[in-house]
Amino acid sequence: MTSYHINALSMLEAESIEIIREAVAAGRNPVMMYSIGKDSSVMLHLARKAFFPASPPFPLLHVDTTWKFRDMYAHRTRMVAESGMELIVHTNQDGLEARVNPFTHGSSFYTDVMKTQALTQALDAGEFDIVFGGARRDEEKSRAKERIFSFRAPGHRWEPKAQRPELWNLYNTRIKVGESIRVFPLSNWTELDIWQYIHQENIPIVPLYFAMVRPVVNRGGTWIMVDDERLPLAKGESPEMRLVRFRTLGCYPLSGAIESPATTLEEIIAETFNARSSERQGRLIDTDQPGSMEKKKQEGYF
Amino acid sequence: MMASSTTDITAFLATQRDKTTLRFITCGSVDDGKSTLIGRLLHESKCIFDDQLQALEKDSKQYGTQGEKIDFALLVDGLQAEREQGITIDVAYRFFSTDKRKLIVADTPGHEQYTRNMATGASTAELAVILVDARKGVLTQTRRHSRIVAMMGVRHVVLAINKMDLVEFDQAVFERIDAEYRVFSTELGFASIHSIPLSALEGDNIVTHSARMSWYDGPPVIEYLNSVDTAPMSERRALRMPVQWVNRPDQHFRGFCGRIADGRVRAGDPVRVLPSGVLAHVKDIVVWGGAVERAAVGESVTLTLAEEVDVSRGDVIVAADAPPEVADQFECRLLWMSEQPLLPGRPYLLKLHNKEVTATISEIKYCEDINSGAHLAAKILALNEIAVVNLSLSQNVVFEPYAQSRTLGGFILIDKLSLETVGAGMIEFALRRAANIHWQALEINQQVRAAAKHQAARCVWFTGLSGAGKSTIANLLEKRLHAAGKHTYLLDGDNVRHGLNRDLGFTEADRVENIRRVAEVAKLMVDAGLIVLVSFISPYRSERRLARQLFAEGEFVEVFVDAALEVCERRDTKGLYAKARRGELKNFTGIDSAYEVPEAPEIHLLTGTADSVACVNAMMEQLAIR
Ligand SMILES: Nc1nc2c(ncn2[C@@H]2O[C@H](COP(=O)(O)OP(=O)(O)O)[C@@H](O)[C@H]2O)c(=O)[nH]1
Repeated sequence: MTSYHINALSMLEAESIEIIREAVAAGRNPVMMYSIGKDSSVMLHLARKAFFPASPPFPLLHVDTTWKFRDMYAHRTRMVAESGMELIVHTNQDGLEARVNPFTHGSSFYTDVMKTQALTQALDAGEFDIVFGGARRDEEKSRAKERIFSFRAPGHRWEPKAQRPELWNLYNTRIKVGESIRVFPLSNWTELDIWQYIHQENIPIVPLYFAMVRPVVNRGGTWIMVDDERLPLAKGESPEMRLVRFRTLGCYPLSGAIESPATTLEEIIAETFNARSSERQGRLIDTDQPGSMEKKKQEGYF
Repeated sequence: MMASSTTDITAFLATQRDKTTLRFITCGSVDDGKSTLIGRLLHESKCIFDDQLQALEKDSKQYGTQGEKIDFALLVDGLQAEREQGITIDVAYRFFSTDKRKLIVADTPGHEQYTRNMATGASTAELAVILVDARKGVLTQTRRHSRIVAMMGVRHVVLAINKMDLVEFDQAVFERIDAEYRVFSTELGFASIHSIPLSALEGDNIVTHSARMSWYDGPPVIEYLNSVDTAPMSERRALRMPVQWVNRPDQHFRGFCGRIADGRVRAGDPVRVLPSGVLAHVKDIVVWGGAVERAAVGESVTLTLAEEVDVSRGDVIVAADAPPEVADQFECRLLWMSEQPLLPGRPYLLKLHNKEVTATISEIKYCEDINSGAHLAAKILALNEIAVVNLSLSQNVVFEPYAQSRTLGGFILIDKLSLETVGAGMIEFALRRAANIHWQALEINQQVRAAAKHQAARCVWFTGLSGAGKSTIANLLEKRLHAAGKHTYLLDGDNVRHGLNRDLGFTEADRVENIRRVAEVAKLMVDAGLIVLVSFISPYRSERRLARQLFAEGEFVEVFVDAALEVCERRDTKGLYAKARRGELKNFTGIDSAYEVPEAPEIHLLTGTADSVACVNAMMEQLAIR
């Protein structure tokens, strides 16, 4: 009897496609969070594969803080055109009017208003009850225990005790009115898997992932890119031109760049594999208080 | 490994691409050192980054139990509330890799009340690492954990005998525990058990052989996980694909999406749709941007079928010749996972692969003591209890026993009111077999009969002059087909002329009738699913055409056994040509009766020049029978 091993990446792909189809088959009102980053790009690609030759039967949702990199907006436009999917863009209008920004309000408050609250508003407005997110279990300790189908009580609250056991690949997609499910098709992917897959499938990603000479300023040991004139500069501070790239992308004032000469996917992969610091290091919101990701999750942030 | 140059990176990507996945579960009682071991494995396989290590050092001082030393257990303790209580209370998944594999670890707690977490973690695991404290040996908990993983279908065990540093690395301690465990676990039927003595805390036998336990000559933990063979999925098994989603963008395309649970599929394969039993053929295996020739177990695919048949979510597309059973009553193992007890007679929702039906427990046969395996009588089932029950469903479902297929044999129960997942079950066997229902629903036709014989029915019609070699080749071909496991029958002058066609002579009219009868008989046999070899001179085109018209496109294979008249006459094995020449035989083909050469035979054999074995080889090729 010949044994047959499907390789690890094909296994992940097959599992993610199964998850996406299962969530859609639940017959609810699904939406896919699209944050424009590399994980979102992989998730979108998997969704398109899952339903080929049809388009994925759900819209994309971008919670726009208005502080994303300009390159990200350009990439968003391109991918929406290419996929033929509907894109919903939502910004917290109250936050916008109150001029909530990462500088004067601090990253914690800003994230709560412009991301967590904005997301809640958008989900309520669309009455979405299946929400695809690109989070991975390997990203952060508290995510290691996250379900693939993560149950949310009314008001989008995540309650650790209310989570359903997930046996085999059997997902209980039944919910009551007001409840919803966050679905994480990339749960079992690692950062290296993501890059390998982008390489294998030739998935388009935002150019910011590749090294280029960019204008940056040093903030507390982290390189912040001066993507537009809104970034307040201290007296005497002027942007330096450095060869940098990003390992994760979010709001530009909160995304730290790393110095790197990696201009190709191969070089990024080599660098990532040899990396001595995790990708979340570049995310400023993780470390602002102990157990901070867990608190945010309970409040409804991904 | 430093990958710097392009070739290094290409090589690196190639090794990454070839990696396979191993999923395993760790179990042990509180404080056996499970978290420490996992933290170690992550650390040693270089899956921890510098910033995480720094955070760990900080955490170690604040929450750790190791004083100034790094407490690896903190790497894997997750939620804040749990961290403060100092315990882990759920299933967490961790990722690391060896040079050949990507490993996914389900980390589950050792508490009495968390059987359900362990079952959850074990449901997708191929292997279990069971921790034992060397000072304590095999405990009640060890037995319980082993029973749970065995019940969930885990077939390979690593018995990690930890804290060897606290027993002076004593070989006798290790051997005693190993022996005790093997005796106890015989009844659980694991396919492999491997014991490793280690100190998770101090790193002995994790990556390299421990110098302090030179008496142990087996592999360290990481090496073992890198190489253990965990009965890999087989692609030789029959196709099983539960239909998850029907993809129907417009009326021109109807694809059936699902993940292949077993076996493999190729374009053109005959398949059956269960539970209806309808037969169809795979047209295309559709993937992003095109189609592929084949797909196998583990892959998520979209199939289109050549025939317009009814298929919906919850159906299972299976190999036509090896369908699984269909039933609505089962005996199964059930693990109860809810605070609300299970009540016999109460309707629950049951989800088995992609099918949801209503289920009631008609009888709790007995409850199983998870520590001892003893059978206990029970009226209800409480949280974390395991029982063997009879289950009755609102409709038939396609299934296989859990021991054979986790996908077709594992199910969950959902409470109809709370909608929570309340039970996990494993089908053992069907109580009232509906196995044959789908056979009645479908027409027994030629394809069904042929499929039962693992072949495509054919009429292979040999025509040619007497002595051209028809019978020799037909006989040889039949032997070869038989050896290949095919079901055949050979019709020739000998077995037809003496019985069925005894009343016929050699006039032109009789020759026509002879062929007509032979063709009709061949048709009946093809309908029975056989490969029929017909060896008759059949000199007239019109009769051969008549015969051909009785069969479906592609079913009739005309073989022109071509040898020149002089050659046949020279061979004259039966002395017939001589007789005819002498005028003792009337209407002999080639002498005083015409042979009309076939215009477009499927196969043209020149027996005058090629030997018969070569001819038969060529035919086996052409008939695509391997
Ligand atoms: N001496 C010694 N102590 C160990 C070893 N492995 C774990 N421990 C200690 O045992 C205690 C419990 O370990 P932990 O990993 O938290 O156990 P868990 O509850 O199974 O996850 C901790 O104080 C560990 O440092 C070992 O191999 N030797």
